[in-house]
Amino acid sequence: MSDVTFHAVATTGQLDEDEAMQVIVEGKEVSIINLGGEYYAMDDICSHAYASMSDGYIEGDCIECPLHGAQFNIKTGKAETPPASVDLATYEVKIDGDSILVGLPNG
Amino acid sequence: MSSDQTFVIIGAGQAGGWAAKTLRDEGFDGRVIIIGDENFAPHERPPLSKDVLLGDAEKDSCLLWPAGTLEDAGIEMRLGESVTSIDPDSHTLRLGNGETLGWDKLMIATGGRARSLSVEGVDLDGVYTLRTIEDAEAIRSRLTEDASVLVIGAGWIGLEVAAAARKRGASATVIEVADRVCARALTDAMSQWVHALHEKHGVDIRLTTAFSHFAGDGKLRKAVLADGSEIACDIAVIGIGLVPNTELAASAGLAVDDGIVVDENGQTSHPDIFAAGDVTNHPNPLLGRRVRLESWENAQNQAINTAKAMLGDKQAYAEIPWFWSDQYDANIQMMGLPADWDQTVTRGDRDAGEFIEFYLKDGELQGAAAINNPRDLRFTRRMITSGKKFDAAALADPDVKLQKLMKG
Repeated sequence: MSDVTFHAVATTGQLDEDEAMQVIVEGKEVSIINLGGEYYAMDDICSHAYASMSDGYIEGDCIECPLHGAQFNIKTGKAETPPASVDLATYEVKIDGDSILVGLPNG
Repeated sequence: MSSDQTFVIIGAGQAGGWAAKTLRDEGFDGRVIIIGDENFAPHERPPLSKDVLLGDAEKDSCLLWPAGTLEDAGIEMRLGESVTSIDPDSHTLRLGNGETLGWDKLMIATGGRARSLSVEGVDLDGVYTLRTIEDAEAIRSRLTEDASVLVIGAGWIGLEVAAAARKRGASATVIEVADRVCARALTDAMSQWVHALHEKHGVDIRLTTAFSHFAGDGKLRKAVLADGSEIACDIAVIGIGLVPNTELAASAGLAVDDGIVVDENGQTSHPDIFAAGDVTNHPNPLLGRRVRLESWENAQNQAINTAKAMLGDKQAYAEIPWFWSDQYDANIQMMGLPADWDQTVTRGDRDAGEFIEFYLKDGELQGAAAINNPRDLRFTRRMITSGKKFDAAALADPDVKLQKLMKG
């Protein structure tokens, strides 16, 4: 058995290019992001203060927290700019037809 | 970079903390010493007039990093100590305990102190200003349901104190000498909205009202206005602005003019002395003028930029200023410092409390202010620096995404 379980969270039609949206997967707030036609998923709550990253804007490969402007790399979750210093977890994404699936670790 | 140099930072707030951390992050391995007169590790102040005042957060939530982070990076913390003088020629400074410290480069990040009033009764028990953690904790301990709170000054601090008082069940009266709230920062229409928000929450706001003095019997009992009328109160918070702590710099012979005068790299009139944060008067290339900002973001980013300049990495600090306030359930944000505009465009629903105002000159965006719309507000930073001309009708239409206007 795989150590990741995929959950269908949205459809590709719901997420325009260079847009992000919050989904709740197993009670967890996750941001799914369409970066130039590729889909990514990361924790949605900024590691610095309580804010939803999916409300932020995408700039290059980063998404910017709407509250204090911390930028995180969409592909790696790395905290790229202050005030954040703790990275965000990223998750595997699969596309099945027009379904976006996010892989959450089991257990 | 292997160094036997000593860099000293005076001030352990947002700017001082970020300067120290940046020196290490950039690889400086010489001595770094932070001297702070508050007995608390580097911290930010926005929560002090919000969550800490409400009792929703403890003071540790203001720390920039978990306890021990800077010590673990080999940064020497001299907290609860003050600097009494700087001697630029000998590259030394003197501490309150008489000790002399040498430095190769110095950063002054002394911030500011709350402006007070020299009036009768200002020393009565119950009269406060709000700047430090101690201030916030003292005021919080008095914000009980049966308290009558008087706020002098309808600026950000004053209004946030009024909001905290009402949320904790105390009564709140705000007196303001101007004819509207936050007159320096907000347009008429925004002022009216914020004013109405406070009235809805039961704050008694009295505009064009001049204060005279406090009266009491050791404890504050009332405030007396210029016209002789009285307001009974047991706590008063004076929120009439900030005085930059420039005395050390001035007595060291550095250029001071509404703040320590620095260039776009944070360098003062002495080549080995730098300054950052609320205390600086600095050029803003994007605005085309000098500014002194009292802002969280400037304290962070100017300090980072200046710390890099201290290490020889000089890039002009240039950012569109950004500010925010939280009052009740309203998040208020401002982008830019618009000095001159000929058109105001509103997008969103004023009555529902979710809207943004754009300030345009010849179609170019000069600044914006938003209630409960941080997303659009944040994006205006790019719109302001783009120099593009924007169509008022498109800006006013919430269905037109701002990104689209930037691409078009």
